[in-house]
Amino acid sequence: MIYAILSVLFLVGVGWVGGALGKLNLFFGVVVPYAALAAFVFGFCYRIVGWARSPVPFCIPTTCGQQRSLPWIRHDKLESPTSNVWVIARMALEVLFFRSLWRNERVEIKGGGKLIFSPKRYLWLGGLLFHWSLAMVLFRHLRFFTEPIFPGLAAIQGLDGFFEIGVPSLYMSDILILVAATYLFLRRAYSPQLRLISLPTDYFALFLLGAIFLSGVLMRHFFKTDVERVKELIMGLVSFRPVVPAQLGAFFYVHLFLVSILVAYFPFGKLMHAAGVFLSPTRNLKNDSRMRRYVNPWSYAVKVHTYEEYEDEFREAMIEAGIPVETEGKAEVKEMRS
Amino acid sequence: MADDKLRQEELLRIDYKPAARDLADPSVTFKKGTYSHGAPLKHQKYLGLPNQREWQPTDADWKLPQNWKEIILEGMEKLLKRHRSFRLYLDICVRCGACADKCHYFIGSGDPRNMPVLRAELLRSVYRRYFTTAGKILGRLAGARDLTEEVLKEWFYYFFQCTECRRCSVYCPYGIDTAEITMMARELLNLVGCNLQWIVEPGSNCFRTGNHLGIPPHAMKETLEFAVDELKGITGLTVNLPINKKGAEILFVAPSADFFANPHWFTLLGYLALFHEIGIDYTWSTYASEGGNFGLFHSSELAKRLNAKIYAEARRLGVKWVLGGECGHMWRVLHQYMDTLNGPADFLEEPVSPVTGTKFENARSTKMVHISEFTCDLIKNGKLNLDPSRNDKWKVTFHDSCNPARAMGLLEEPRFILKNVCNHFHEMPENTIKEKTFCCGSGAGLGADENMEMRLRGGLPRAHAVKHVKEKHGVNILACMCAIDKASLTPLLEYWVPGVEVAGVHEFVGNALVMKGEARTTDLRGEPL
Repeated sequence: MIYAILSVLFLVGVGWVGGALGKLNLFFGVVVPYAALAAFVFGFCYRIVGWARSPVPFCIPTTCGQQRSLPWIRHDKLESPTSNVWVIARMALEVLFFRSLWRNERVEIKGGGKLIFSPKRYLWLGGLLFHWSLAMVLFRHLRFFTEPIFPGLAAIQGLDGFFEIGVPSLYMSDILILVAATYLFLRRAYSPQLRLISLPTDYFALFLLGAIFLSGVLMRHFFKTDVERVKELIMGLVSFRPVVPAQLGAFFYVHLFLVSILVAYFPFGKLMHAAGVFLSPTRNLKNDSRMRRYVNPWSYAVKVHTYEEYEDEFREAMIEAGIPVETEGKAEVKEMRS
Repeated sequence: MADDKLRQEELLRIDYKPAARDLADPSVTFKKGTYSHGAPLKHQKYLGLPNQREWQPTDADWKLPQNWKEIILEGMEKLLKRHRSFRLYLDICVRCGACADKCHYFIGSGDPRNMPVLRAELLRSVYRRYFTTAGKILGRLAGARDLTEEVLKEWFYYFFQCTECRRCSVYCPYGIDTAEITMMARELLNLVGCNLQWIVEPGSNCFRTGNHLGIPPHAMKETLEFAVDELKGITGLTVNLPINKKGAEILFVAPSADFFANPHWFTLLGYLALFHEIGIDYTWSTYASEGGNFGLFHSSELAKRLNAKIYAEARRLGVKWVLGGECGHMWRVLHQYMDTLNGPADFLEEPVSPVTGTKFENARSTKMVHISEFTCDLIKNGKLNLDPSRNDKWKVTFHDSCNPARAMGLLEEPRFILKNVCNHFHEMPENTIKEKTFCCGSGAGLGADENMEMRLRGGLPRAHAVKHVKEKHGVNILACMCAIDKASLTPLLEYWVPGVEVAGVHEFVGNALVMKGEARTTDLRGEPL
């Protein structure tokens, strides 16, 4: 955890210095974001291609519901799908609503050997809030990337800031994402089991995201940044005609630098779960392996023990026991080939 | 029994708070009762496995090949190229911990390395070290660790403490399936000759004689004849016994434990009674005398080698389709692997029930039907004369076996049968059945006697759900459809929930079945009706 904190602090420092020293604005405002984007595109493709190049040799969906068998037995189309439409539905529920996490429950054996089940949906809730708030935040950021502003954006933004607390109004998604990220961190730090399974990269990703959220919120509410100039910079980047407006402030550069790091790091770490989940064979395959033959591209011939070899070994005993054989009479017992 | 009680208290002292032991440091103690014996040389030889030698996991020197590290890493590279599941599941875990308390071994032992996430991490850490840039540069900081003999021992211990039950994959938000990870780890361990007696020996037996128990054809015929005699004693009827019959319509394949073990035997009597009563033209095979497939617990190659016999025999005998008996992992192979491994079965016909005319469209490619699909179709169409009151002394609950539940979705068929052949049926709590079912604790080749402590620990969650319905509804028998369940739940329940018996679904069918011309005074167990 220490390493993760230190590395994120270091990154914050780098961003701050970059922003404070006006001379490096071109580097931090243009070069770094472009490099990060390049790393992202390259890394993302590299990882996807890497996964896709390995075939799925067997049809191994995890079935979580009744198979399709006899017509009068109710088939659970969602959890044991036999058509692509239902596979997509299953996947959509998984990706959009974390259906599997919804099942989560705590199981413990307590005094007297009683098995205690208790629903444990905080992780589901925390995860869902985190990801949906993140989606909302990303969506809101589109206003920096589109001219004219993306249709519907204003409506969403209005909804997000519905309570109109403060000026500019506080976004619910900002609050939720900070709360959710804090929960996810505390959970990791306090549960002895979670602490044991956590790697530095787990903390790093959380701290990095946390620092991005914080710098963003601070920038909006406390250390005001000139939004028009930010848009100028970003539209320049998007249109590949980069300009570096002056006086964007160190906070903005911290934010931008951390985002660049996140974008560059994304394909190379655990964050790729976002893409990987779509390729998961236990979730994206149909449970139809007895209806349609599933082909393994690298299937090869293996050494089997043939019936002839078997009968050669047991022929006499089989005849004696009255079991029908292929070759009557006492054939020469061949040496077993296996 | 006093000893048992004492030990139970000891087993139940489970501490879920992990000791702060750095995961980067591998260490494992082979404690008696928590691991299984190594594979005997004779059977390694028969199957032609790598690095043949006499060997036990407790040996100080594992007699690994000189270049064992290269072998493992090359093997890993090959598996990564062959299985998207492997590469993906090594990459995308976010360590959210949702899987932790879903594993029966973790619940029953509290050993943190039995959390699915950490079990996978044992392999992931090595993958990072040799196959990812971050791991190569940052080492421990990136969660990477070197492959050492200690790591290999840890793999052996913990990947033979996973029953490939897939319960964790139900709860994982990305569907990460520890069964896949465990299969890959075992493939790797095989490369340097580290596997269990309880897996390799049945595998080698099955290769030679056609079944795990190593029963030669004449002995198999004898035992089936013995069952026919016993059934005659019970019903007064002599049922027919077709063996290796060419031109039969259906080939029937059951797990070989049904020929000998208890309570499997009564399920066998149930099958025989049922097939006689409906008068189907079927045959047993001595060559394909095993539906189960311990190859699955070894490697996909051995799974294929053993499974090949079923289609080969169906072709030789010229049957139209294949019917399969009550077994768990057998159906994982038949449902998800067989057609891919040894298909296409284009020489067979799409299965049609000769009694009801029902087409089993869900098996139209593989041409293999599960006995419960077959039987519930018979019942639904009113083809069986059933007297459920003959099972009245039993208060029944049903245990879903892992593989039919989570790798097939066979949930309602056995329930429909049970509700029609028994008057008293009670479900266990909802979070312990169907796709959330708990493993018996002895699957995937871990059913060895010497592994008993781990089996009792792993079976604890299941046993406690049984205890719950015993106390609530007076349940006194647990029905299941898996040969390993029948073998392992019997001692498990005896230990944790004495007074609850174990039976196969077709034992109840055989009891309730009113056969033409029968004269019965006892049930299939020989106890008065």
